Amino acid sequence: MKLNGYKVFSFFNILLMLIVVLVTAYPIYYVVIASFSDPTSLSIHTGLLAAPLKPFTTSAYELVFQNQQILKGFANTMYVMVIGLALNLILTALGAYFLTINGPMLKNVITFMIIFTMYFSGGMIPSYLNIKDMELLNSLWSLILPSAITTTNLIIMKSAFQAIPESLSESARLDGASYLQILIKIMIPLSKATMAVMVLYYGVSRWNSWFAASIYLNNSDLFPLQLVMRNILNMANQMAGSTGTGADEMAQLVELIKYALIVVTTAPILALYPFLQKYFVKGVMIGAVKG
Amino acid sequence: MHKNKKKEFFLIRLGKDLRKYAGAYVLVIPVVLFYLIFCYKPMYGVIIAFQDFSPIRGIAGSEWVGLQHFKDFFESYYFTRILKNTLIISLSTLIFSFPMPIIFALLLNEIRNEKFKRLVQTISYMPHFISMVVVCNMIKMFTSNTGFITSLLGIFGVPEASLLTKPEYFVPIYVISGIWQQTGWGAIIYLSALSGIDQQLYEAAKIDGANRWKQTLHVTLPGISQTIIIMLLLRLGNIMDVGYEKVMLLYNEGIFKTADVISTFVYRKGLTDMEFSYSTAVNLFNSVINFIIIVVFNKLSKKFTETGLW
Repeated sequence: MKLNGYKVFSFFNILLMLIVVLVTAYPIYYVVIASFSDPTSLSIHTGLLAAPLKPFTTSAYELVFQNQQILKGFANTMYVMVIGLALNLILTALGAYFLTINGPMLKNVITFMIIFTMYFSGGMIPSYLNIKDMELLNSLWSLILPSAITTTNLIIMKSAFQAIPESLSESARLDGASYLQILIKIMIPLSKATMAVMVLYYGVSRWNSWFAASIYLNNSDLFPLQLVMRNILNMANQMAGSTGTGADEMAQLVELIKYALIVVTTAPILALYPFLQKYFVKGVMIGAVKG
Repeated sequence: MHKNKKKEFFLIRLGKDLRKYAGAYVLVIPVVLFYLIFCYKPMYGVIIAFQDFSPIRGIAGSEWVGLQHFKDFFESYYFTRILKNTLIISLSTLIFSFPMPIIFALLLNEIRNEKFKRLVQTISYMPHFISMVVVCNMIKMFTSNTGFITSLLGIFGVPEASLLTKPEYFVPIYVISGIWQQTGWGAIIYLSALSGIDQQLYEAAKIDGANRWKQTLHVTLPGISQTIIIMLLLRLGNIMDVGYEKVMLLYNEGIFKTADVISTFVYRKGLTDMEFSYSTAVNLFNSVINFIIIVVFNKLSKKFTETGLW
């Protein structure tokens, strides 16, 4: 049998892809098995882990679900997610639809106004002062409102609307349909896939965001899940640095739950995205066409 | 006189237009309000960079100081340090991270088994969805003195101590973890560009006697070059932006020497030290340079490759 150059390449290519899969997945796998491991054996373990260190335990998860701070964080995140996502979808669809209507004189001005924000922004302090002026500090609205539209998402939505044949909305106009009716009855139903992408993009960024909360909120009862987690994990890492043997109760608790906490906050999204995969691949594609 | 007439004309036309498209304008009002309140009002707020802003007196009542804050920044000890760190991190990301999704997409594209291909792809997206808080804390755990990455490196003689306490490891950790998190996601765009290449071009190349490598060189790469250029332009436009979130979650005072960047400096000056004007000036300097870079590169790209962002 002749050794074909391409076959050799294919073999190494497959091997390489397997390595990529391993390297990508292992850190995540490590966290999962660590979360089920016995904390005492884990704390003295170094190097790789292949399976949970015995005795297998789910006590860390029980502690996570009993922790008031974490539960409150979860409730706050859900609140911001639900209201925020509704606002995201409505405003993004409205803006995107307007950009596809032919005729309005101010369309170019408004388009420029929207696109320009992709290249220039006021920055952290003016935004902070803006929120402060509006008396939104220490309110969950400070997390919901400023991120009501992401311009790149609006552009993706616009491209999806543009792909719908113009004749549809034109004939609806002739039949006396209003712009709002066209948006609701034609545009949105015909771009369900892109709407799914929007839910995923906005949903993930809302679920994962913590920075805005860290500067706009003081009251820890309002902290979203990611910020609660950051504070707990920070504590854990500081404890890991110190060598004190008489670590207090909180420190022990934190050591115990850190892996389980990561799993609990990350699993919902990781469980969801494979099902939405075929949609978001499309979304990235549309978004790439032009900014 | 003539000018006035033109203006009048314009207003009449605008009035008619507003009436004719009232239904459309009503829909876009909330969107315009959003941009005015949350994007353009802060842009106006940037003028505090030229003041000694005090929140009590407001923009109207604060004293103007011209370019004093910029001067202070350029002359300060931090200027060269954070500029250097920002550029080093940004350029390392550009050099090492930017090509990864392209290479990954090209290699994945050569996998013939669709199921395996799909599996690799699905797993490669996974890290993109993990929050920055989690990713950075995973890095901290794995590179701590007992972390598995530290132990693995220990085999090669790296002393087993927390890697993030050493300035020299910050940039590699930042860049490599970025590659881990974003390569798969970044490849989507190239994979879709690859699937858009006309199959007949490959047939034609085969007839001309081109082997796989030649086909890649003369059909595949030109086929995705436009996508590469657009992505590169977008990247260059952010060359001065090293995201503060990741750096803030990873750094500590012991490694400011290599880890402190413009955006984190802006954060500390502004929100920890409450030097609003100074911090805004530093950020404005950063934004303006970014803006200039993207305009210049867009122009160059349009001239030489006929591809541009606008």
